[in-house]
Amino acid sequence: MISVKGITKKYGSKTVVDDVSIDIEKGKITSLIGPNGAGKSTVISMITRLLDKNSGEVLLEGDNIFTQPHGELAKKITILKQANHLELKITVRELISFGRFPYSKGRLTDEDEQIIDEAISYMGLKEFEERYIDELSGGQRQRAYIAMTIAQDTEYIFLDEPLNNLDMKHSVQIMQILRRLCRDKNKTIIIVIHDINFASCYSDNIVALKDGKIAISGTANEVITKEVLEGIYEMEINIESICGHRICFYFDGVIEGDSTELAANYLIGNA
Amino acid sequence: MHKNTKMIILLAILAVGLLTFYTLYGLNPDIYFYQMPSRLKRIVAIVIVAVAIAVSTVIFQTIVKNRILTPSIMGLDSVYTFIQTAIVFLAGVSSPLLLNSQYNYFLSMGVLVLFTLFVFKFLFKVTKNNIFLLLLIGIILGTFFGNLSTFMQILISPEDFSILQGTLFGSFNAIDESLLGITGIIVIVMLVFVFKDFHTLDVLSLGRDHALNLGINYDRKVSYLLIIVAILVSVSTALVGPIMFLGLLVVNLAHELLKTFRHSYLILGTALISIITLVIGQMVVQFVFGNNIELSVIINLVGGVYFIYLMLRRNRT
Repeated sequence: MISVKGITKKYGSKTVVDDVSIDIEKGKITSLIGPNGAGKSTVISMITRLLDKNSGEVLLEGDNIFTQPHGELAKKITILKQANHLELKITVRELISFGRFPYSKGRLTDEDEQIIDEAISYMGLKEFEERYIDELSGGQRQRAYIAMTIAQDTEYIFLDEPLNNLDMKHSVQIMQILRRLCRDKNKTIIIVIHDINFASCYSDNIVALKDGKIAISGTANEVITKEVLEGIYEMEINIESICGHRICFYFDGVIEGDSTELAANYLIGNA
Repeated sequence: MHKNTKMIILLAILAVGLLTFYTLYGLNPDIYFYQMPSRLKRIVAIVIVAVAIAVSTVIFQTIVKNRILTPSIMGLDSVYTFIQTAIVFLAGVSSPLLLNSQYNYFLSMGVLVLFTLFVFKFLFKVTKNNIFLLLLIGIILGTFFGNLSTFMQILISPEDFSILQGTLFGSFNAIDESLLGITGIIVIVMLVFVFKDFHTLDVLSLGRDHALNLGINYDRKVSYLLIIVAILVSVSTALVGPIMFLGLLVVNLAHELLKTFRHSYLILGTALISIITLVIGQMVVQFVFGNNIELSVIINLVGGVYFIYLMLRRNRT
């Protein structure tokens, strides 16, 4: 289990993450949701030591993460940030091979090659493995990066908006792969996600952030309720149960304090 | 055989061929005993400088993730100019610090290494490891030393200035062979350090987040590598003077010829290309222009044109 205890991040006098504590349950998918600027990415960057924090601590199975050697920690947790743009001439297979760096330091063993093969077929990238990264579509590239984190074979996988720029089919594909990783390989997955319906359908636990603080944290069923979500997003959200899933319907909702609505009403003569 | 391996072999054959050609071309039996050692000396210097500039530029570009920056952006060239100008200004053109190449070498190298260590070590703390803020400060310091030099150059006499100018162009014609040994040893030691980190450099080219994620202690590794870069640039500048555009030219040519991110290929390829470039440049200087111009002028002309081409191509894509 990863226990996050009161982590805080300040830029100057502005506090962007304020005393956030989370317990990340092992073998489950935990989603971080919340409006833009709520501090979701900052939180996972701090947990995974990409970003320095101002205070608080992160415990991995009871041990402080920040005092562990970098090389050892890379075998236990991995993070994939959004916006991965590389100006390198590198093939899909070479990129995925980097996932083995914590183990073999660049000299791949037969076992490494086997794990890389597995990650490639797991993400359905067999036919692209010799292609250069910059020749792929957004969805294929995203899958290649996720394959790299799979090849790293860590117990904890953090993904920052893995569905960014993906269409419905590829989004569903990725979420199903994540669920399989959880069930088949007992991985613990933490994702930052914007689409609350994906969060609702695929997560075991959801942590909702607002203004740098935790608004609510609990099982998917506890968080996906009308009152909770309307409080977080400050707009009208209706929730229907479809095929056993709670689906949020918000596309036509009234937005609190929104001037566009007043303007629209004025134009059509309701004002 | 792999495409890149083939290319490396081809470059190696070309480099050795050119070096041999340079050594043997137009040898005069009467002054053979004078010509041969002087050419061999230049060849050794060319190889040392080529390797130092190639390795330092490749590492530097990997760290800053940019193909058109070279370590000279840290203001090293300006500091070198400043040292030479200050010697002439304060001690005059007859000072042993200028005329004795050993004194001059160790003074220049010492100041350059201290300067870059200061920039990297001290400013790394101040800028909280923000590499781009660090570069910006480097540019400002470079401009500062450049302006100080110009100021002193205006005050000295025109005769002194023309003597000073001779030391400010990179050149292989007036090298003290006693300095080749020490420079060679320093470059080889640095190479040994870098050699262990070829795979780490591959990971660093993915960027800070990926490197940290894959278990590299990023900040420590980067400052360690930057110190190696500083030492390599300092010794090569102290030996032959600044050759600004060489690094930019050869690294980009290497990227065109070797479509790879692997530093084992990139560093070797870049070193070979810079040997080839320097030998051709030296042959043009010596055999075509009869030593009437300096090597750095030719390299900077070719490199500068190539730089403009790179900028234009970048703009279009």
